[in-house]
Amino acid sequence: MSGPSGGLSGRAAIVGIGATEFSKASGRSELQLSVEAVRAAVADAGLSMAEVDGLTTFTMDTSSEIAVARELGLSELRFFSRINYGGGAACATVQQAAMAVATGVADVVVAYRGFNERSESRFGQFSVAAATQVNTNGLDNAWSYPFGLGTPAATVAMQARRYMHEYGATSADFGAVAVADRRHAATNPAAFFHGKPITIEDHQASRMIADPLHLLDCCQESDGAQALVVVSAERARDLPQKPAYVAAAAQGSGRDQFVMTSYYRDDIGIPEMGVVGRELWRQSGLTPADMPMAILYDHFTPYVLMQLEELGFCGRGEAPGFVADGAIEVGGRLPLNTHGGQLGEAYIHGMNGIAEGVRQIRGTSVNPVAAAADSHVLVTAGTGVPTSGLILSA
Amino acid sequence: MTVRPMVNRDSQFFWDGTQVGELRIQVCNACGAKRFPPGPACQSCEAYDRGFEVASGEGTVFSYVVHRHPPVPGKELPIVIALVDLDEGVRMVGEVVGAGASDGDIAICDRLRVDYNRVDDDLTLPVWRKA
Repeated sequence: MSGPSGGLSGRAAIVGIGATEFSKASGRSELQLSVEAVRAAVADAGLSMAEVDGLTTFTMDTSSEIAVARELGLSELRFFSRINYGGGAACATVQQAAMAVATGVADVVVAYRGFNERSESRFGQFSVAAATQVNTNGLDNAWSYPFGLGTPAATVAMQARRYMHEYGATSADFGAVAVADRRHAATNPAAFFHGKPITIEDHQASRMIADPLHLLDCCQESDGAQALVVVSAERARDLPQKPAYVAAAAQGSGRDQFVMTSYYRDDIGIPEMGVVGRELWRQSGLTPADMPMAILYDHFTPYVLMQLEELGFCGRGEAPGFVADGAIEVGGRLPLNTHGGQLGEAYIHGMNGIAEGVRQIRGTSVNPVAAAADSHVLVTAGTGVPTSGLILSA
Repeated sequence: MTVRPMVNRDSQFFWDGTQVGELRIQVCNACGAKRFPPGPACQSCEAYDRGFEVASGEGTVFSYVVHRHPPVPGKELPIVIALVDLDEGVRMVGEVVGAGASDGDIAICDRLRVDYNRVDDDLTLPVWRKA
């Protein structure tokens, strides 16, 4: 396939995916997790490790490209890069890899993310380290953390409360996302919450974490790693797996952008995802109507609703109606997060969602959306931060 | 232990202000644009020439959170944290103290007035009370 823009569209593909198990206590180092995931992904791609000449990951990842390369016995790396801003990096690692292989800077680039995010440094906790970074991110956090606002849940709750006020959304509207995710996770053996669906009553009865967010509005903390192998479209055609072509890959940051605290815009919200969406539609020549499903980053449920609006699936303030009545569950109008999302499967900083997009294109998801294997899957990265997105195509 | 703010040349004036009971807002000396959080380059006219004005200390709740879990250093939970629209036209995050954290204790559009919490000799945090 080849898109209309003459740029990146259709010139690279994800040809291998690999992950560790997703758990609450991996029992091994973060570096080992990433190495295991990269090995699994390269094997899945039908490539040899010696062919890997590029690595890309998150700035937040504790395992450097060179450390991973050492463990893998790679002799030469021709491309390595990191993307900042937490989970906003997820799809951008694939963008980095796609740009590298499309231009011939590298031939086989692996994007990876691995951490013990439950058994070691827990992202759900109040992070004093984030407030004391010696850089502008640390300076930015001076306007929130000292006042007690410093957990991801609380920073999102501030946005959620305003969204409810502006548009009449309710906690149960947010709960629709949790119910969909957990329904999908229930049939996914790789999901931490395999076999454990929830009802909207369970969601409403779960304890308050940061009003208006209940516990079941919040993603898990997880241990695990995910890796993705990217090669050029030409190379992909010679490999054993059905390629998931990168029809579009975009990053986005908005006006007056902060990390989780973009509170100083007239309308708060997540316009950075609108930047990503417009670029995805431009690169691919596709529209929301062309998407049979999507993987929308779900560290917290309210941002899934706001993403539907920013990406153009519905108008501003219309997401509560859009997600009602099972519309975002398998069999509905726009199934979301068919692996169970980060609430249901695991929180691997969005990288496991990209892998699910690949499985849907291959037709190997445990919750298949039939149309996806012949068309497209939209995948997004972290919300509330400078972010990224992908359209994968069959 | 209260989390201490990172401070640099662009933000020192704000924290100097709270020490003397002033809520200072950056003002561009060239074009008069007000700004919070502060920064070195005016977003309206590109000037690097900036001063400040002392805010009236009154504002309106734009949004708020009742933080219950997990623990926050130096705080006894729950706490209420608000986005406050100052009457001068800028917005800032602040803890709302003395109002309670039950349903109905605080609402969007509530009026707030600034107060000061002297943490130690080197740090005073602005806090907000219902007006």
